[in-house]
Amino acid sequence: MGDYALQMKGITKEFPGVRALDNVTFSVHKGEIHALCGENGAGKSTLMKVLSGVHPYGSYTGDIYVDGKKVEFRTIKESQKVGISIIYQELALIEEMSVAENLFLSHDLMKRKVIDYNQLYAESKKWLNYIGLDIDPRTKVGKLSVGKQQLIEIAKSLTKKTDILILDEPTAALTESDVEVLMDILKDLKSKGVTCIYISHKLGEVMELADHVTVLRDGQTISTDPIGELSEEKIVTKMVGRELTELFPYEPRQIGDNILEVKNYSVIDSQTGKKVIDNAAFNLRKGEILGISGLMGAGRTELFTSIFGGYEGKKEGTVLLEGKELKVKKPSDAINAGIAYVSEDRKRFGLVLGMDIKQNTTMAALNKVMKFKLIDHNLELQKSEEITKKMKLKAPNLETAVRQLSGGNQQKVVLSKWILNNPKVLILDEPTRGIDVGAKYEIYKIINELAEEGVGIVIISSELPEVLGMSDRVVVMSEGTVAGQFDRKKATQEKIMALATGGKKDAKSTVH
Amino acid sequence: MQSQQSTSLNENVQEKKLSFKFDMQAYTLAIALVLIAIIFSIFTDGEFLSSRNLSNLFNQMSVIAVLAIGMTLIIVAGHIDLSVGSLVGLTGGIAAILQVWYGWDTLSVFLVTIIVGALLGLWQGWWVAYRGVPAFIVTLGGMLIFRGILVGISQGQTVAPLEGGFKQLGNSYLPYSIGYILAIIGIVLLIFFTIKNRSKRANLGLALTPGFIDYGKIAVYSIFTMGIVYMLNRYLGIPTPMLIVVGLAALFIFISSKTAFGRSVYAIGGNEEAAALSGINIKRNVLWVFILMGALAAVASLILTSRLNAATVGAGEMYELDAIAACVIGGTSLMGGKGKIVGALIGALIMASIDNGMSMMNIETFWQFIVKGLILILAVWLDISSKKRAA
Repeated sequence: MGDYALQMKGITKEFPGVRALDNVTFSVHKGEIHALCGENGAGKSTLMKVLSGVHPYGSYTGDIYVDGKKVEFRTIKESQKVGISIIYQELALIEEMSVAENLFLSHDLMKRKVIDYNQLYAESKKWLNYIGLDIDPRTKVGKLSVGKQQLIEIAKSLTKKTDILILDEPTAALTESDVEVLMDILKDLKSKGVTCIYISHKLGEVMELADHVTVLRDGQTISTDPIGELSEEKIVTKMVGRELTELFPYEPRQIGDNILEVKNYSVIDSQTGKKVIDNAAFNLRKGEILGISGLMGAGRTELFTSIFGGYEGKKEGTVLLEGKELKVKKPSDAINAGIAYVSEDRKRFGLVLGMDIKQNTTMAALNKVMKFKLIDHNLELQKSEEITKKMKLKAPNLETAVRQLSGGNQQKVVLSKWILNNPKVLILDEPTRGIDVGAKYEIYKIINELAEEGVGIVIISSELPEVLGMSDRVVVMSEGTVAGQFDRKKATQEKIMALATGGKKDAKSTVH
Repeated sequence: MQSQQSTSLNENVQEKKLSFKFDMQAYTLAIALVLIAIIFSIFTDGEFLSSRNLSNLFNQMSVIAVLAIGMTLIIVAGHIDLSVGSLVGLTGGIAAILQVWYGWDTLSVFLVTIIVGALLGLWQGWWVAYRGVPAFIVTLGGMLIFRGILVGISQGQTVAPLEGGFKQLGNSYLPYSIGYILAIIGIVLLIFFTIKNRSKRANLGLALTPGFIDYGKIAVYSIFTMGIVYMLNRYLGIPTPMLIVVGLAALFIFISSKTAFGRSVYAIGGNEEAAALSGINIKRNVLWVFILMGALAAVASLILTSRLNAATVGAGEMYELDAIAACVIGGTSLMGGKGKIVGALIGALIMASIDNGMSMMNIETFWQFIVKGLILILAVWLDISSKKRAA
């Protein structure tokens, strides 16, 4: 165990405006399973991208050693050559090709002038047996479940020379039986001397599999400990244990009656048939800021886009707006009822980047600037100027294309667009993602002002300090349902994390 | 901190008063058009800019111009229509058959033809919007289907001749006095709306563009309009097809800038997902774009059939490509979300000028194809490289 398979020393990686990795040190022994833990955005994926050559040598500072030898990867190919394989959360299989073709896509077997398919299928069968899949190697990958595809992806990396196998959240999409198969495979690989880096939010799996655990937080290495000295609680504490350094302009407010009630709410994804939301329930009151916390894949975005009518899937359950049942088939139903939804990806779902500020701000409320069914351009300019001034938008003029604005100002345009509609319920999905600190603070103040005016506000956020700093109440989601909730006074990062990772359920049970 | 930021916005708005908004693309187009005119004038001893030739030029461009108006909306919405050529052929064939074989009067023929065009557009729009089949495929299918139906119903024959009223549509000219009166009415309306708009903006406390720019623009437009009308009146007067193009262009510019439908089309082409989440009904708007395209193709077919005094099996072939080229030369992005009807009209005029000028110079037809193809590539390359430099 004395030899290191991998050492990363003093790794620093900066993106414009953000230091994603700050002097990170990460050492993995030969033949062990080493878990890498941290909150969303702690830097795990960035670190693995540095290791695999996605971020090439020269774009980061620090040194990487494989088997004691210094390496400088400029491409993914170079890292593969020394035996590093990485399996991402998003699968990289070609759905229209067969299992066998996918398994050997970058293998010599597929690179001959004439491919010997009989040999290909025979080889594939061996690997399929190893991962416990009894399927025809000629099956198209697209026809398999996501869990099976994940196993194929693992087999694919094993067909190449693999000394270090990196798995990024491999079990997020797996069923329980598939998870067991995966665990067995990993244990077997370990006995064969393959080193494995395992990134996971599921601490139960980490406790079962790992030999060592390294925790990252805010782009820094917090600790590396042998599993014997750890418990789930200790890992959680290390993951979140930071002080609230940002300022949140919270002021206690008068909170009114229920404005939005959601009961027995389930959503079935129309493409995969998977139940992405399972019997969720919560309520939101007038003038309240409700924080929604949970890990990636917990179903937060799915729940709220579905309520807003923007999610393709069958839904069951009731939604009451001001006590009246609300039937939403498409976004315009929700908008007309007074619900606004600021999406997590403003460039993709929030803005038409080529249009100007004025046109973007009025897009969801065009009837507010129309006279006799026609757009009144002067009225439009006036309304747009009013609302953007309130948002403290900084721009040369309102005819500037939104593409040219900074992230913070783009977000203010999205907020303007929805606030122009005078919503009763404002859903904010990751409202400050990728925004600098100054603009964040202004957005928080705007949110508070709206709550003061009686708008019911939902903040979905992966940043725990933001949820804790802004919310009157925090709802925690886990695996497609509401796992519990805390009042502002009782909520702590540790309690929320424990509930989100599927740990002890000591929070008071859900309302209704 | 707060007051500082709000004033910074105010200052910037005030700055706008002084800055003159340059629309580079519009200027590039205008310059290109002027260059083409100068070159052809030199090679034809000024004959290219003669009253007679200008009149011909506007007649020649009218069919493609009407198609380009509809095509702009289609492309801005992020789609394409390859069937317009066949659509022109089929609706023209139907119009001629109704009149020549069945003896319908001209007005009924016009009405029914335009309705048929709209219905054929509805058919294609339904496949694109509600069945999710890519517009490229649906309209490629339409291109074959419509041409096939035309050959079937006309039994491969040329249908002719038309009645007097029908023939008038594409072959008549406005009396000189009416031409001047229309031009003056246009200029008066322009002055009226500019003044009204300025006073309204002042009332709302919005920034005003300096008066000399607004009134300067009016002066330029007026001189230009009167000049064209004067030139055309020296020959036979304003051609009726040109009046139709101007009327339709005005209508569709109005629709694209003043109605919720027009705004939605631009939003859908710019970012369909964001538009949908803003409550815009994607399917219905796309359907309407195709219906309008169908109706416009029918209008174009009436002009074409009237000009030829006959409907032929091959009428309108390749017109879809000319219409798309006109839009693209006029600055419409095939990615959707960006494009202007005025640009498409200038594009159509550029294409027609090249055809016309080269014919006058007795250059063989095959060169016209080659030159038009090269200009298309050049126009898009210029657009892309200017954008890269800006970024």
